[in-house]
Amino acid sequence: MIRDITIGQYYPQDSVIHRLDPRTKLVGTLVYIISLFLFHNFMGYIIVTLFLAGMIHASKVPFRFMVKGLRAIIVLLMITVLFNMFLTPGEPLVQVGFIQITKEGARIAVFMSIRLVYLIIGSSMMTLTTTPNQLTDGLESLLAPLKRVKVPVHEIAMMMSIALRFIPILLEETDKIMKAQIARGADFESGNLIKKAKSLIPLLVPLFISAFRRANDLAMAMEARCYSGGEGRTKMKPLLYQMNDYRAYAIVGVYLAAIIAMGILL
Amino acid sequence: MSIILDKVNYIYGSGTAYEIMALKDINLVIEDGQFIGIIGHTGSGKSTLIQHLNGLIKATSGGIYYNGEDISDSDFDKKKLRSKVGLVFQYPEHQLFEVNVFEDVCFGPRNLGLTEKEAQLRAFEALRMVGFDEELFYQSPFELSGGQKRRVAIAGVLAMKPEVLILDEPTAGLDPRGRDEILDQIKKLHETTNMSVILVSHSMEDVAKYVSRLIVMNQGQIMFDDTPKEVFRHYKKLEEIGLAAPQVTYIMNQLNEKGIPVNTNATTIEEAKEEILRVFHNRKDEPSF
Repeated sequence: MIRDITIGQYYPQDSVIHRLDPRTKLVGTLVYIISLFLFHNFMGYIIVTLFLAGMIHASKVPFRFMVKGLRAIIVLLMITVLFNMFLTPGEPLVQVGFIQITKEGARIAVFMSIRLVYLIIGSSMMTLTTTPNQLTDGLESLLAPLKRVKVPVHEIAMMMSIALRFIPILLEETDKIMKAQIARGADFESGNLIKKAKSLIPLLVPLFISAFRRANDLAMAMEARCYSGGEGRTKMKPLLYQMNDYRAYAIVGVYLAAIIAMGILL
Repeated sequence: MSIILDKVNYIYGSGTAYEIMALKDINLVIEDGQFIGIIGHTGSGKSTLIQHLNGLIKATSGGIYYNGEDISDSDFDKKKLRSKVGLVFQYPEHQLFEVNVFEDVCFGPRNLGLTEKEAQLRAFEALRMVGFDEELFYQSPFELSGGQKRRVAIAGVLAMKPEVLILDEPTAGLDPRGRDEILDQIKKLHETTNMSVILVSHSMEDVAKYVSRLIVMNQGQIMFDDTPKEVFRHYKKLEEIGLAAPQVTYIMNQLNEKGIPVNTNATTIEEAKEEILRVFHNRKDEPSF
């Protein structure tokens, strides 16, 4: 019924990109996103396109999975294109009544949407090749310096991974309760908005109760194993940079330099 | 009142990389007033099968007929089917949500569009049927013990007056006493109302004691469909698919191998006792063993 919803879109595969340290991928993605806004000429787009295509090829993830993420931003994309196209002043290209499309407007609209699309594809590259747990591990380790200013980095990372871990469990639970109530004649589909909202009570009450019960059990289980936060805690699989990570950093560095050079030279 | 399954197939995750054939070519006739047990290993398709019976899952191919009507027809009244084929899920107490027990049991009959009075009457009856203590009718369902909660949940389905009652592992997680009480109650229900009962279970002992027809599922297919006695005859095959016959069957078979001529048909402890006593009685004067 609601099995089709997928959150945390990790695509299992054995590729160079998948094996990289999550920190490398986080930093790389960040650099890539910044780089998208550092250039204003045609050459820049060619470099970014080549870089992105290379990464996609190396990740061995089918291209259609990358495009899937775009569905979420289609509305945003449309708005960006329309506003830029019609509202940018400049040399008119087409004019119908008081509506006009300018040359500058068309140019900005095209480039802006390419940037947005690249942004989404680039960041879904990261989530497609990194498990949610690796991601939170990577974040925890990258944000570790913030501990000095009393930011509870470990706790935040732990909460994130627990939340991620529970999404599929709660989805399954929702499915089960929904079926059980349908078997008792409940109707989740027909009726007006108020009736529909009311019909959710038999679903939400048991769901919340079960979520609290699970949370309680988990807290108990953690306590039973003497969990007491991040202080002095070591990892079973500590993150370690491999040779490939240094190579990846080098590639990202060269890429960034190329983009900046392009911005200065042209 | 019969349910007929004709060549039913069901595929999970159709069209994705994770396709699983959950049901393969299921042919089944469920007649009025039967007490049927369904057993099988985890993932054998038991739960998928019973969810087909009240239309919660739509078969990928094949037909399901309730009283001769195809339930996949667009004008078939699914809501009515669900009131006639009551399904009690595993751990049904997790679906309770109302402020008190009585209100919760009223939920089903109210959904059927009955009058308030009729709904309350049915709730009252259903709670009586499962032997629920009247003093607790207006307690919050969340303050009850596990066994009591389960009774409330079963009453919630019974209040819809189903003609077929399906229970998915109704005794999972209960202590032995709670288990016997619930199963005895179900048996009594079956005898007094002539409702068909389908009991999905892991426990061979339970099944042997209560059901008159036993369906064994393995990897989405029906492996045996016969009386328990006949099915347990194939106890070696049951072992191959990760199941086992009741312990009594093993004892009787071993006695037989050791040369004591007991009839291996016995499936409950009571029957076994009678059989062993009978044999020993006959041989009282032969001191050979």
